[in-house]
Amino acid sequence: MVSAHTQLIQGLNALAAGLVLLAAFAMVTTRQVQGVLRFLVVQSLFVAASAFLIGFNRGSIDLLALGCIMIASKVITIPWVLRRMLPADLYERREIDQLINIPTSLLIALSLAIAAEFLVGPLVTAAKDPVVQANLPIGMAGLLIGAYSLVARREAIPQLIGILAMENGAFFAGIAIAPDLPLIAELAIAIDVILIVVVVGVLTRNITRTVGTTEAAAMSELREEPRTWH
Amino acid sequence: MALMFAVSLPLLAAFLCWLPPLRRMAWVITIVILALTLSAACVTAWQVLLNGRFIAIAGWFEADGLSALLLVMVTFVCIVAAIYSGGYMQHETESKERLWWFYSNYNLFVFSLVAVPSLARVNLVWVAVELVTLFATLLVGYESTPGALEAAWKMAILTIMGAPISLFGFLTLYWAFRTSGGGTAETWQSLYVMASTMSPNLLKLSFLLVFVGFGAKSGLAPMHTWLPDAHSQAPTPICAVLSGMKTTIPLYAVLRLLSIVLRSPEARIGEWMVIVGLFSVGIAAFLLLQVRDYKRMFAYSTVEHMGIILTATGFATHAAAYGAVAQMLNHSITKSLCFYAAGMVLLALETRDISQVRGLFRISPFAGGALLLCSLAIAGAPPFPIFLSEFSILSAGLRSGHSAAVIILAVLIVIAFIAIFLQVNSMLFGEPSHVATPALAPRSCRTAVLIAVAPVLLLGVYIPGPVHSLMTLAAQQLGGH
Repeated sequence: MVSAHTQLIQGLNALAAGLVLLAAFAMVTTRQVQGVLRFLVVQSLFVAASAFLIGFNRGSIDLLALGCIMIASKVITIPWVLRRMLPADLYERREIDQLINIPTSLLIALSLAIAAEFLVGPLVTAAKDPVVQANLPIGMAGLLIGAYSLVARREAIPQLIGILAMENGAFFAGIAIAPDLPLIAELAIAIDVILIVVVVGVLTRNITRTVGTTEAAAMSELREEPRTWH
Repeated sequence: MALMFAVSLPLLAAFLCWLPPLRRMAWVITIVILALTLSAACVTAWQVLLNGRFIAIAGWFEADGLSALLLVMVTFVCIVAAIYSGGYMQHETESKERLWWFYSNYNLFVFSLVAVPSLARVNLVWVAVELVTLFATLLVGYESTPGALEAAWKMAILTIMGAPISLFGFLTLYWAFRTSGGGTAETWQSLYVMASTMSPNLLKLSFLLVFVGFGAKSGLAPMHTWLPDAHSQAPTPICAVLSGMKTTIPLYAVLRLLSIVLRSPEARIGEWMVIVGLFSVGIAAFLLLQVRDYKRMFAYSTVEHMGIILTATGFATHAAAYGAVAQMLNHSITKSLCFYAAGMVLLALETRDISQVRGLFRISPFAGGALLLCSLAIAGAPPFPIFLSEFSILSAGLRSGHSAAVIILAVLIVIAFIAIFLQVNSMLFGEPSHVATPALAPRSCRTAVLIAVAPVLLLGVYIPGPVHSLMTLAAQQLGGH
């Protein structure tokens, strides 16, 4: 028999899962870099909320720590690093160039969410744990939608944010499927994610200095041209 | 203790190169410390040969046959590339005052490469593999030319995109491990033990995710598009390590996981790996025919060899696993030699275009000779080591009943062989396209080539006893029956 308390927590966790998915949709439909970054922070907050809820319910220090790591890295450090390293006009100057228009993107994101449900469906039914049932499909959906926005957007910072959104998806699933991952591994993963932001940030800054733009379309000098044999 | 020295010495070197008073001596510091690292790796390998395993910190830093072999390979390739970089970077780079930064970063890169095989804790292996990608990105973009930055950017996006995907895979693996009764200490060894009791569905999902994420990093088709760009634009010593080791290291993690999945009787995945591997070999073989840049040519040959190694592991027999391990070793030592030779041609002629180079033998006999030797070796001509390992893979494949795959593989290898030869032939012979250069390549470059050529010549005709035992141990780790 599941206690009312646990049921409440599970309900709240399902709510957090829904909000994580909504934030992923919002990231796909937003056109300003600022806005995308803001939704990433919001999504990270919901991921952390889920970790706190489950950790509180199970009395798991690891999960509470994971929530703190999540907030420290994705909500505080990464936006700060991005703001420090990159010139402000990279954020504010213009709308993001996109290969596919917004309504189509939303449709694709929706179908990816459904695909994620099917992809992990058999595992979810086998698991029988309501937390896994909420977090695993949504985490997979977050991963796929993040990957989609990475492919559809042609600029450096939105692409980096896409990678971070994918990471959020993986973390969100991790709360359910690997709740007792050793703390040192969690910490190492978080530091690694921050390093990714720093390295891509340095690269972006160098590219803006040398090439003058961060649009991926402008960088297509290197490619294979067929060789003629004579 | 030797293993801990091997992991921490490159970190020390990175710190020393960063210290302002020592910045002018960065090259010497790097070489001295990497020599110590190489000896620490050899001691570790020796211990593994004596005891079967070497445990530095139980559950965290352990070495078995496969990781010991990788350790020795990494440290050997890295020190030779460091020697080569001495003269090459003096000649090529425009920002000499930033060389200390280059070496500091290079040592961090070596650290991450060494950490991957030394770590036993599976989740930390993910972290180390990601570090490899990050440091490599910085090194590829070192020159800050538009070409180098574009290459670094493509590499960063394609390979870092794999990070969350493979993280998801590793978390799923941990889930599978926990639900089948494993503790929180998830090491490679405990995974081997638990493999047959873990849920095959979870294992397959986690392998698929890790394969997509790390396959992009090791340049398997169709996620190989960053590889020729990065390998043509990076400084040549970096190309040698990128092609020789940076692609092999993520593949090492994939193969470990593959061997775990293969131990689970219900997860049939070997055949799929044969198909994916053959696809890489095929793509590379045909791109080799039409490539115009000789550094890109060697890069595509890396895609080909990664495919061959994956195919061999997919055959899932002990003999094929031995072939795969041998192929890994032979490819690493030969491919780094190829880039040293290509770098010397670039130093002498200042062009990367194959069609603009004619009569290289008469322009620079040393560079021409090195190029001829390394292309024979990398294409797999006898009596070079790649011929032996490819032959043993083909015969192991036949004995395991994969005759169709073996025939396709053999045809593709022959196509790649012919392609490399047509290209190199047009560079070596004919009327010289440039005036002969009286100045030889820098002494450090020639020294590095001579060191790198020794194992390539030796392993083709004679495999020393310890190397053979180490490869046998490593093949046992890769599994098969």
